[in-house]
Amino acid sequence: MSYLEVRGLEKSYVARGRTTHVLGGVDLTVDEGEFVAVVGYSGSGKTTLVSLIAGLIAPDGGTIVLDGARVTEPGPERGIVFQQYSLLPWMTVYDNVALAVDAVNSGKRPAERRRLTDELIALVNLTPARDKRPRELSGGMRQRVAVARGLGMAPKLLLMDEPFSALDALTRATLQDELTRIWGERRCTVILITNDVDEAILLADRIYPMTPGPGAQLGAPIEVGLPRPRSRRHMSLTPAYQKARQALVDFLRSRRGAA
Amino acid sequence: MSPDAIKRIVLPGLGLVVVLVLWTVISQAVAPDLPSPARTWTESRRYVLEPFFKDGEMNQGIGRLAFYSLVRVAKGYALALLIGTPIGFLLGLSRSFHASFDPIVQFLRPISPLAWLPLGLVIFQKSEPAAIFTIALCAMWPTVINTAVGVRSISQEYLNVGRVLKLSRFKMLTKIIVPASLPYVFTGYRLSLGLAWLVIVAAEMLTGTPGVGGFLWQEYNSLVYSHIILSVVTIGAIGLLLDRLMGLVEARVKAG
Repeated sequence: MSYLEVRGLEKSYVARGRTTHVLGGVDLTVDEGEFVAVVGYSGSGKTTLVSLIAGLIAPDGGTIVLDGARVTEPGPERGIVFQQYSLLPWMTVYDNVALAVDAVNSGKRPAERRRLTDELIALVNLTPARDKRPRELSGGMRQRVAVARGLGMAPKLLLMDEPFSALDALTRATLQDELTRIWGERRCTVILITNDVDEAILLADRIYPMTPGPGAQLGAPIEVGLPRPRSRRHMSLTPAYQKARQALVDFLRSRRGAA
Repeated sequence: MSPDAIKRIVLPGLGLVVVLVLWTVISQAVAPDLPSPARTWTESRRYVLEPFFKDGEMNQGIGRLAFYSLVRVAKGYALALLIGTPIGFLLGLSRSFHASFDPIVQFLRPISPLAWLPLGLVIFQKSEPAAIFTIALCAMWPTVINTAVGVRSISQEYLNVGRVLKLSRFKMLTKIIVPASLPYVFTGYRLSLGLAWLVIVAAEMLTGTPGVGGFLWQEYNSLVYSHIILSVVTIGAIGLLLDRLMGLVEARVKAG
């Protein structure tokens, strides 16, 4: 059995008497220490999938098992980096990260927790902005805080829901590079949800393409055969990159035609 | 003179002059009992220029009278916040509390201070606590309602952060729910203060306690009409000042 096993996940929403079938039986596995990406069009149900794995909403059918335990409610062992607007605006960078660190390290001494928090802030290169509030930060800096907070939960699985989609292209590229570096240092298990094929190939070991909704499903995963550390400059010229990209784009295009 | 100075000084000054002229015309032509601005000033001068003199219980400088009223309002207002804030949070947080008590809140809210005051006198047998009771009861509703709305409009993203971190109920309240609803709560506080000041006059008029409102009613009975105008102007000036002060506090809170 894999570290994370998602089987036959179903979810529909009912609004004003109309039922929207969002997920129609999603299967997904992730091994420990693996970086998996889920790529799909906007509105295909990616955020619903993340909310289900996080335990924030309950599925209509199917199971989620992480490290042998059934997921039934939210918890810090499944840390999340939300899309945006999730930093608490009345807290400084430090306090936002400390909220997560303190929540999962209540047994540790305050000095130790402070050290852990400062370490995370340094990891995402925000030490100079440590005492600033979110509104004083750029969008890229805010998402770095969100990443530090997600890691601060010391999660078994880190869920990232389009963490860079609201950023401009240059900032997004910088943060993607930082994320490869951070993942290289921490080696945590990650599911990255994205609509950016190149982002998925740069970061992930395996990529699941998602069919457009309603009743979205995941296609067969595509292995990214690129060696690490990866560099975006050389990556695009390699056959492994082109093969992965072609497979993803073919899948997504063919399914869109059907929808 | 810059356009900005014209807007800030000349135009408001012009408005004041228009009002003074209208007042003079009315006092001359329509209502001979209404003192003109000039007479009002001559008869009120001592109360304004020596605001803290005291000749007797009901004959005191306007500063002293205003101080009594402010102390009374402060007590009633403090009581309103003390009762209204927790009720607001409970209404916002608990569906069953909301279902039980929201109808009562909606029912009590429009009741005038004039209706509460006799009841306060019946309950407390004394005018001072009755006045404070009335102020508190009338002033607390904006705090109750805005706090409840503030709690209900907390973004789901913030609540999800708390859920993922499995924060305790207490931490959820102190770290997320209270700070997130604070801007709404302070809007409620500002509106409540305005109401508390509005109620003071009615409460003092009916109970005859020393203060701006009590003075106003006593001078009406003594036929010193210029002092009614003095009281009205004082009430307006203090009300404006209180609203501005609370506005500053509110802006501070909203800026985080």
